[in-house]
Amino acid sequence: MNYLLEILPSLLSGLKMTLGVFFFTIIGSVPLGIIVSLGMKSEYFTIRWLINGYIWVMRGTPLLLQLIFVYYGLGMMGVTFPRFEAAIFAFIINYAAYLAEIFRGGLQSVPRGQYEAAKVLGFTRTQTFFKIILPQVIKIIVPSFGNEVINLVKDTSLVYVIGLGDILRAGNIAASRDVTLIPYLLVGLIYLLMTAIVTVLLRRTEKRLNIWR
Amino acid sequence: MLNIKNLTKEYSSNIIFRDLNLTVSDGEVLSIVGPSGIGKTTLIKILAGLETANAGELTLNGENLPIDGTRSDAKVGLIFQDFNLFPNYTVIENIILAPINVSKIDKATAKNQARDILETLGMQDKADLYPFQLSGGQKQRVAIARALAMKPQILAYDEPTSGLDEDSTKQVAEVVKTLKQQGVTQMIITHDQPFAEMISDRVFDFAKEVLR
Repeated sequence: MNYLLEILPSLLSGLKMTLGVFFFTIIGSVPLGIIVSLGMKSEYFTIRWLINGYIWVMRGTPLLLQLIFVYYGLGMMGVTFPRFEAAIFAFIINYAAYLAEIFRGGLQSVPRGQYEAAKVLGFTRTQTFFKIILPQVIKIIVPSFGNEVINLVKDTSLVYVIGLGDILRAGNIAASRDVTLIPYLLVGLIYLLMTAIVTVLLRRTEKRLNIWR
Repeated sequence: MLNIKNLTKEYSSNIIFRDLNLTVSDGEVLSIVGPSGIGKTTLIKILAGLETANAGELTLNGENLPIDGTRSDAKVGLIFQDFNLFPNYTVIENIILAPINVSKIDKATAKNQARDILETLGMQDKADLYPFQLSGGQKQRVAIARALAMKPQILAYDEPTSGLDEDSTKQVAEVVKTLKQQGVTQMIITHDQPFAEMISDRVFDFAKEVLR
């Protein structure tokens, strides 16, 4: 018990980093994902081509490699980011690609008639998107969006590769210093707690959205 | 008054209709009948600004309506065959959404106006339900209410009785009659000849009148 209290401060400071990466990534990748998914339906071939290339690269290479590339690779080419900003940047562009595919699926499942009804009533395209289409897309994608969010909770642990001190790294340091597995168990427990909270929040959202069909 | 002059719609290899001429007077109920696949729905979609036409002129109460797909107004109210209500909004929200956001009417006024319309259609007790909780006939009356709330100059129905049972069909006829008494100009696309004869002042036989 005393040992737990001893290592808790360093784990909590690692947790702060983990949560920081998590929230900044959500805040950045959701809007970017929406924009990218709309771009996939662009009437310009060049835009569609660029976006498909971007998604291919983001989904086709490991996030770990992308992190290394953004921090060390771009650094060598003279584009230097501070570590944290580099991590956030890499996470946002990676997750936006996955989310864009999810949004695209959601957009496709809204029937054409909804757009027609909106047009006949005189709504602008922006109003149609935000007031009529987006709420329906959100309801459709909540389950698959939830999957990505839970993945993100765990993926944040990759930031160790560019020298950021997240919760797993804090646990790792304590474990090798004190030659014990207890920090790992504690870290695992904290991850479980985080994913449990995310799961409950998503269930609640789903339930609230179920008042209409 | 709606005036359709020499309206032509064709795809590269396929003429849908050519030089269509048709007039609907104020307060008139006109039915357009004809077999399915003949272009009735295309006509109504052009009228509502959802489809483009190749040539011709549309005039509504003296004002020219562009036929090139650039329109975005609610001058023609359209009741879709499958209603296309917004599933994420309640009945009353479906009705007030456009008045508030498009006509910029304040919410209280829009709500009062929506309640009046719902009462006319015998739907006042359904205001807070979601579309999935309604029957087909009820959904249709919400679609009518939603269109009426934008004060269209003409109301167009696309196959209003398809998919409705006998009772609901009677109710649609009642609604058309009620709105006619209030002076609403209505245009009804249907393949149901007896229904058309029952409700309209004039029946336009699409197959016979249109040069194909």
